[in-house]
Amino acid sequence: MDFEFTEDQKMIKEAAREFASEKLAPKAQEFDEKEELPKELYKELADLGYLGMLMPEEYGGSGLDFISYILTMEEFSKACAALMISLSVHNSLVSDSIFKYGTEEQKKKYLPKLTRGEIIGAYSLTEPQAGTDAGSLKTTALSKGEHYLVNGTKTFVTNGGIADLFVLFVLTNPEAKSKGISCLLVEKGLKGFNIGAKEKKMGIRGSDTREISFEDCLVPKVNLIGEENKGFRIALELLDSGRIGVGAQSVGIAQSALDEALKYSKERVQFGQPICNFQAIQFKLANMATQIEAARLLVYRAAWLRQNKIRCSKEASMAKLFASEIANYVVNEAVQIHGGYGYMKEYAVERYFRDARVTEIYEGTSEAQRMVISRDLLKS
Amino acid sequence: MYLDKKYSDFRNKIREFAEKEIEPKAKEIDEKAEFPFENITKVANLGLLGMVAPPEYGGTGMDTLKYVIAVEELSRVCGSTGITVAAHNSLAICPLYLFGNEEQKKKYIPHLAKGEKLGAFGLTEPNAGSDAGGTKTTAVLDGDSYIINGSKCFITNASVAETFIITAVTDKTKGTRGISSFILEKGMKGFSVGKKETKMGIRGSDTATLHFEDLKVPRENLLGKEGEGFKQFLITLDGGRISIGAMALGIAQGAFDKALRYAKERVQFEKPLIEFQAIQFKLADMATQIEAARHLIYHSAFLEDRGEKYVKESAMAKLFASEVGRFVTYQAIQIFGGYGYSRDYPVERYLRDLKLCEIGEGTSEIQRLVIFRELMK
Repeated sequence: MDFEFTEDQKMIKEAAREFASEKLAPKAQEFDEKEELPKELYKELADLGYLGMLMPEEYGGSGLDFISYILTMEEFSKACAALMISLSVHNSLVSDSIFKYGTEEQKKKYLPKLTRGEIIGAYSLTEPQAGTDAGSLKTTALSKGEHYLVNGTKTFVTNGGIADLFVLFVLTNPEAKSKGISCLLVEKGLKGFNIGAKEKKMGIRGSDTREISFEDCLVPKVNLIGEENKGFRIALELLDSGRIGVGAQSVGIAQSALDEALKYSKERVQFGQPICNFQAIQFKLANMATQIEAARLLVYRAAWLRQNKIRCSKEASMAKLFASEIANYVVNEAVQIHGGYGYMKEYAVERYFRDARVTEIYEGTSEAQRMVISRDLLKS
Repeated sequence: MYLDKKYSDFRNKIREFAEKEIEPKAKEIDEKAEFPFENITKVANLGLLGMVAPPEYGGTGMDTLKYVIAVEELSRVCGSTGITVAAHNSLAICPLYLFGNEEQKKKYIPHLAKGEKLGAFGLTEPNAGSDAGGTKTTAVLDGDSYIINGSKCFITNASVAETFIITAVTDKTKGTRGISSFILEKGMKGFSVGKKETKMGIRGSDTATLHFEDLKVPRENLLGKEGEGFKQFLITLDGGRISIGAMALGIAQGAFDKALRYAKERVQFEKPLIEFQAIQFKLADMATQIEAARHLIYHSAFLEDRGEKYVKESAMAKLFASEVGRFVTYQAIQIFGGYGYSRDYPVERYLRDLKLCEIGEGTSEIQRLVIFRELMK
């Protein structure tokens, strides 16, 4: 097993770290408080290539390998988990789905605009009645000449209010259930396509989450991604990348929480000495660091498999499950080490605590990950 | 658990009241970080602001078990209301009742017990958190008055209270034996309240700093004797801990009840969540932990009511209940899935509110310290 990153990967990670700590970290509290990310930020991100990370240069992308992408996402998550998830959806779920499964025409039409940040992408699978049971979608897209007639509601759509292009999973053959799911590209502004109010969330409040609904909305058939009725496989494959991304996000949040707790424990004096002198605090820190290290290695291992095109559903699920659980353990300890101050909004750990909670929920709950893992175990 | 009828009747009464009168406001006061004046008035009308004071001082004179049940039931629907009531009873009325002279008791307790005034307790300072003996606020005797200088932080009810019990150093040479307690009133010259803190949870509860600048307070406002402050607040916190444990218990029970209901309603894979063993076992674990926490808390209340020593037991109860509370509220969100993370559903508030219970009135670290010290005795 090779644990060394290439020079390129190291440089990319360092550049991301610098950008995140200079441009994102100082603003993260404000994004959380205002519950939005500024438009100008996306422009800046586009200029630096962060809106086309995984796309090849011919489409205006930065052509990063998957490991570099994951390292970048981890660095961004250390500073602002809300921005990270917005980028993750744009890059790995939207652009990548078009790149991997789309027609040349779709790629030419959308990818340059996505990589340049002229349009932002959103991905929508979940429905009010189809959460962990993602196969039980109700949104339909029935054939009507050159169009699909789309009806239904999607919920918890990340980037919902800022996106121009939506990757939408719908039933083209309702009787066939999960074997009748297709993937459509839907542009904002179509008649019958409504975007709901912004969700109020516990954390990652800067990220824009919405419900979207379709009422007799006509979507051109040329917007079908991949084959008709083969969409569920696309959704599952994309989720492997998404899961590794959330794993990296969990590691990033946890690392920042540990860094803050470590710093605070050296500064905070109680009983006449810095609290890091107390063994109870020392052992907390040791446990936190060990757990983070284990999670990080699981995430990197899954990223390596994915990069080398080796099947990695189980490994991606394990990485996401483990990293999200330890992230929540770590943020809780970080608040604990901060005592009363950790409960106040002025301290970053308060935000990390709220942000971390979602990592066990989105891109498949921990329960969904355990389902994937156990199915894989029982198959072999 | 088995409870005598007078306690189960009392619980039913408070539960009905809390669900009808307190719960409807809970989401709004959290979102707006607004003190629940309306709730507190209703709570006062029920006599719940004078639970720990006997009728002769205007209170309802309930035993500790009833007090615990009331805090539990209020917190089951609204943590902010729960802690406001707990701090007022345990941290303001209790020390007055336990350590005040007859004159002080008659002067201050009835207003508090009837809910005409709210009370607060000022112990924590920016540099004296878990190390509460490290108080820097000073009180210097000057004729018939003390001159107080210093600051207190994270004070519950700070900007809504009118009566305050605070600690200050009267003799620097004596360490913790040089700390004394004083009764302060809102509006005294040199007494100011800082800006309200913005918190992760219990956002409806009022938390702010107190500042004393050459605050002149008559000698008769000394609570007990000079140098007794440290001992007094340890005793005060022994009782306070049970109420924070009760708060954690109530929040846990509330989150559990909501998760159970949701698990019965929510259909995935063509059946209610409750039919999946993974969810069944989560619920079983949650209920078991809650039950154990309830026993620890009720047992320490029972010890207090019997006049027995309960230092270790109340620390264990608070430590255990708050950790159980975090486990339970965390799992409740998990059962709700994406909806659990939305502020339109209540369970995310339960986790944010609960986190306070592992910090306030002695962090979990301090509880472990107390337990260990008791073990070594």
